[in-house]
Amino acid sequence: MKRKLHPALIAFAVLVFIFLTGPLVIIIGSSLSSSEFLEFPPQGLSLRWYENAFDISAFRRTMGTSFFLAVAGTALSMLVGVPAAYAMARYRVQLPGWLGNVFVLPVLIPEIVLGFSIMKTITTGYEVPVLPSLLIGHALLVLPYCVRVTGASLNSFDFSIEEAAVSLGCPRWKAFFIVILPNIRAGLIAAFILAFITSLNDVSISLFLTGPGVSTLPIQLLAHMEQFFDPTIASVSVVLMFITVGVMAVVERTLGLTFLTK
Amino acid sequence: MKNRLLPWGLALPAILLVAIFLGLPVIETLLTTFADPKGAFAPYIKFFNSGFRRTVLWRTMEVAVITTVLSVLIGFVTAWVVANAPAKAKSYLIIAAVFPLLTGVVVRSFAWLVILGKNGILNSLLLALGIISEPFSMLYTQGAVIVAMVYLFVPLMILTCVGVLEGIPQDLTDAAASLGATQWGVFKQVILPMAVPGLIVGAVLVFTGSFTSYATPQLLGGERQMMMGTFLHQRAMVVFDWVGASTIAAIMVVVTLATVLLMSKLARKLNPVAG
Repeated sequence: MKRKLHPALIAFAVLVFIFLTGPLVIIIGSSLSSSEFLEFPPQGLSLRWYENAFDISAFRRTMGTSFFLAVAGTALSMLVGVPAAYAMARYRVQLPGWLGNVFVLPVLIPEIVLGFSIMKTITTGYEVPVLPSLLIGHALLVLPYCVRVTGASLNSFDFSIEEAAVSLGCPRWKAFFIVILPNIRAGLIAAFILAFITSLNDVSISLFLTGPGVSTLPIQLLAHMEQFFDPTIASVSVVLMFITVGVMAVVERTLGLTFLTK
Repeated sequence: MKNRLLPWGLALPAILLVAIFLGLPVIETLLTTFADPKGAFAPYIKFFNSGFRRTVLWRTMEVAVITTVLSVLIGFVTAWVVANAPAKAKSYLIIAAVFPLLTGVVVRSFAWLVILGKNGILNSLLLALGIISEPFSMLYTQGAVIVAMVYLFVPLMILTCVGVLEGIPQDLTDAAASLGATQWGVFKQVILPMAVPGLIVGAVLVFTGSFTSYATPQLLGGERQMMMGTFLHQRAMVVFDWVGASTIAAIMVVVTLATVLLMSKLARKLNPVAG
């Protein structure tokens, strides 16, 4: 559907893309500043704020927590989400249609409400410690991605291949691992990555669930910003951006980025 | 018998996760607001009788609506250019849209803190150009919150709209053109009606996302531009007024669910293919 574009439209789009990328360039620039203040363009170049970021133990610790939550939370979510997605795709007749809606509830209910409610009922009410509460919160948060994205590739999977394996004597559980999982690999990777990024960047759920000594990186960044306004934040942000670039490279390699417009 | 239970067995862990850790806590939050000793609706009467609370709700609505309208317009026009760009340029443009989307909300709001602050880039630029003589803080205004939110949601709208535009079969536009429709006619009579349902879905994401946001209003609006998300947090974690916080939470849930339900109904009604 290629059409000739009016120059005014092209100019508008160029401005929009400057608007989109400009602020990120500014963060990268000010993270390299050698002065005490956040400024752009930087007066002198240095990596001291990166050093500072890694020197501050709170950043090191919370980055560890954030990674742990993103990996463990996503893994937990995949562990319960993939069988659910499989059941919904394979046994479409036996399971009611509303079941799919249950699994998107975590995106339907405002995140901040979910965080507050988990804090009130689970952490305070049932006295569940901070880290398990956070883990549950993150697993819930990413469940919709795990179920929906995996479900999308299962829906285009031809289940007669599974039947063939079973009729040739392969046990059902084994067929799941050696026939189905390899065939929906792309969907699994995509689900994992989207979930990982969502968890890593989450603010609204962690906001209520972080306790004494346990915090996540975005929450620590927010807290740091309220006290200091130096380039450390910018350099931590750039580190996070590089992680994002790495993840995007994986997506591009495995699926192609056009996947994200679908 | 075994086969009838198997599907449920596979879905059970996920169902339990949602039921126990989402269903239970959220229902408890909603019930808290009706269990007040002063009467079933006392927290709501208190909320709507307070001028400050009404202002917060109204401001949040206003910011969310303006953000949605701007994001949809900017996103759709940009997506139109992206969808019609040459293949190579297109893939770069999509990367440029995906990248901000994958960068966290704290980082992206922080960027605007750097740009709009009193010693920020925009002030330095305006000073250097001689447009203003003294730096002024643009932070903690409704405008700052809206700019940062539009920045947050435009990439999402671009990607949604590119998906929608590419989903329109070329046969349809070709047919319209070969039957004598002008370019504008094709756009108005074929493309726009087919794009509207997808646009509505995207708009709902933007509206609910900005209505319930926390980090952006916290960083760029502060106390002065309190919104529902920041207000909930303040009530719950600073004042420890859990009934008040639950009331805010309940209002957020109702507004979000009502928007999603009404709009998805509208999208289905307007869909020319299904209708």
